[in-house]
Amino acid sequence: MTDDHRPNPEELLRRVQADELRERRGRLKVFLGYASRVGKSFRMFDEGRRRKERGQDVVVGAVQRDVTPDIAAILKRVDVVPMLTERHAGKEYQVIDVAGLFRRHPGVVLIDGLANANPPGSRNPQRWQDVQEVLDRGVSVITALNVQHIQEKQDEVERITGKRAAHSVPLDFLREADEIEVVDAPPDVLMNRSGPGGSEDARRLAELRELALLLAADVVDGQLQHYLDAHGVPTLWAAQERILVCLTPRSNAEDMLRSGKRNAERFHGALLAAYVEQGELGAQDRDRLEANLSLARDMGAAVHCLKGADFVTTLVEFARAQRITQIFIGHSQGARGPIDRLIDSAEDFDVRIFPQRAKA
Amino acid sequence: MKGRLKIYLGYAAGVGKTYRMLEEAQAARGQGIDIVIAYFEPHGRKETIAKTEGLEMLPRRTIAYAGTKFEEMDTDAVLERHPAVAVVDEFAHTNVPGSERGKRWEDVRIILDAGIDVWTSMNVQHLESLNDQVWHATGVRVRETVPDWVVDEADEVVMIDLTTRALRNRLERGVIYAPEKAQRAMDNFFTEANLSALREMALRHTAHEVEEKLTAPAPQQTASPTGREERILICLTGRPSSAVLIRRGKRVADYLRADCLAIHVVADGVETPESRAAADRHLRFARNLRIDTHVIESRDVPTAIAEFARARGITQIFMGRSAPRPWWRRFGESTVQQLVRQARDMQITIVAERRR
Repeated sequence: MTDDHRPNPEELLRRVQADELRERRGRLKVFLGYASRVGKSFRMFDEGRRRKERGQDVVVGAVQRDVTPDIAAILKRVDVVPMLTERHAGKEYQVIDVAGLFRRHPGVVLIDGLANANPPGSRNPQRWQDVQEVLDRGVSVITALNVQHIQEKQDEVERITGKRAAHSVPLDFLREADEIEVVDAPPDVLMNRSGPGGSEDARRLAELRELALLLAADVVDGQLQHYLDAHGVPTLWAAQERILVCLTPRSNAEDMLRSGKRNAERFHGALLAAYVEQGELGAQDRDRLEANLSLARDMGAAVHCLKGADFVTTLVEFARAQRITQIFIGHSQGARGPIDRLIDSAEDFDVRIFPQRAKA
Repeated sequence: MKGRLKIYLGYAAGVGKTYRMLEEAQAARGQGIDIVIAYFEPHGRKETIAKTEGLEMLPRRTIAYAGTKFEEMDTDAVLERHPAVAVVDEFAHTNVPGSERGKRWEDVRIILDAGIDVWTSMNVQHLESLNDQVWHATGVRVRETVPDWVVDEADEVVMIDLTTRALRNRLERGVIYAPEKAQRAMDNFFTEANLSALREMALRHTAHEVEEKLTAPAPQQTASPTGREERILICLTGRPSSAVLIRRGKRVADYLRADCLAIHVVADGVETPESRAAADRHLRFARNLRIDTHVIESRDVPTAIAEFARARGITQIFMGRSAPRPWWRRFGESTVQQLVRQARDMQITIVAERRR
């Protein structure tokens, strides 16, 4: 579940400054795949070839050890700044010639194997840090990355494959990229279907594929929100489901939260919970509320305590600002609760009313 | 045996669906697979047209309509030629009146039934369940839609991704449309915000298709006749907002893997013929989306819905907001209010009438 951070003025200012810095930086484009052999590297080099044909100054800064014939054909037509071979502890490392790239100062550098590590004592420990330096010098970079090499996804990757990557790239590197593009292909293209364990492989690959697609969707969503905020475009119906569970001391929080969690998981959406403060609570209600709020946190919901004179207005405004698509609320105890008013003022989100559990 | 369906899914014209499909067709031909182009829409794109070179292209069928000649895929010719794989561009296309079938996806199903594999292309905005969301995000009401179950039945859905910047660059270079049309497109539909929203939907939908194929639902031991945990009931009426309600309810049901039913309560003597005809259209629309529809007669709409829901083991009721009422009835309770009061044991979802 993604976080639901909304920008305040300081945050917006920080973003404007970040944008200005970005203007001076080179542009970063990442091809994201879900397995090796899915064709990321080819897509990257092919884009380099096309840009060169359109007159851009393109060089290759890093290639993998073994290249396919179609990549080899492209490499013959594009300038290469050769990598440096370094030996450490009896092992050979191929390292980007950062200084060489600075001297050559091209428009665009192609860098494969983004998650590779450099030997101890190098300019930077990791290749992605070399890339940061290149970008800071105003040189654009096109690179390729496998979802298995993203730091924050290591737990999920290990659950799927039973393995953790030796080296990884932080998710922020991807989030801050100017563009990311998914390289998608059906898993059967990658598999040797004659071998044993074929269906196991298929399952693993499908899970990694889903992970890559959803990660890309989250990055695109972040970029879209950034764009909308920066251009003052009003909120859209989120492409992602965002569920808000409305908590009160007496509400049947557990059912609502369980259902909210299940819905958020099935839709790969976000789960939020909110409580609207309305005057002082008695000791018993306060305890119940605290229990409900901590249950919400345990369920992975982002919990918000709202203040406002009017319950419905406060809730509706919050829901709009958070691009909520569904509000979950309990049946009110009295005959005429706030639910009627909530339904009347809810134009942008669905209202789901939950039964109160029979009192013991 | 039925043929396999592979869909190249994109988010806008020009992302490269057809190009990629033809590239793979060339590779298949190179491996000796009997693959033909059953329908190809060149759109004057040179690079794409070049990719058809050497591939067998079947003739189209000419159909005269309103004094103009239209060309459609010749499904009979495809069946007669009977290749291993048929490439069919533009899955969501609506055939000209006078064609044997209304939609190209219906032609594709005929070809699949004959044991021929089909590779086809479509954009995410043509998915029925995303129609309202696409309209809300982009202001465009897409008219050519494909029911979700048709896409769900595909054996493979591949996302053809391209960054919005690269797409807009292509547009500027005149690769996709002629210059005047390209500029109009950039100002209207192909805006950064629209394209990003559509791209996100396409990524999420492809992920959803991958997940659906990964975890084919296992029957469970529950009270519901089909063994599913949740059963959703959509209460439709003759009001125009029912279309939104149906799409929304079905989408939630699909994601939750819930059964989906729809009911229309005919309030005898109260409903106008126009309203009844509109409700019938909505029932047909629901059945096209493979929703199990029911019609019952009762003057007490909320009670009828609540009783039906209990008898059928419904866990969640979907309804629209009640219509604005005349002033003399404003002090009574609306249908929604009455149902909310009567069905306190059920989840009730009131679907928003989203506006732009």
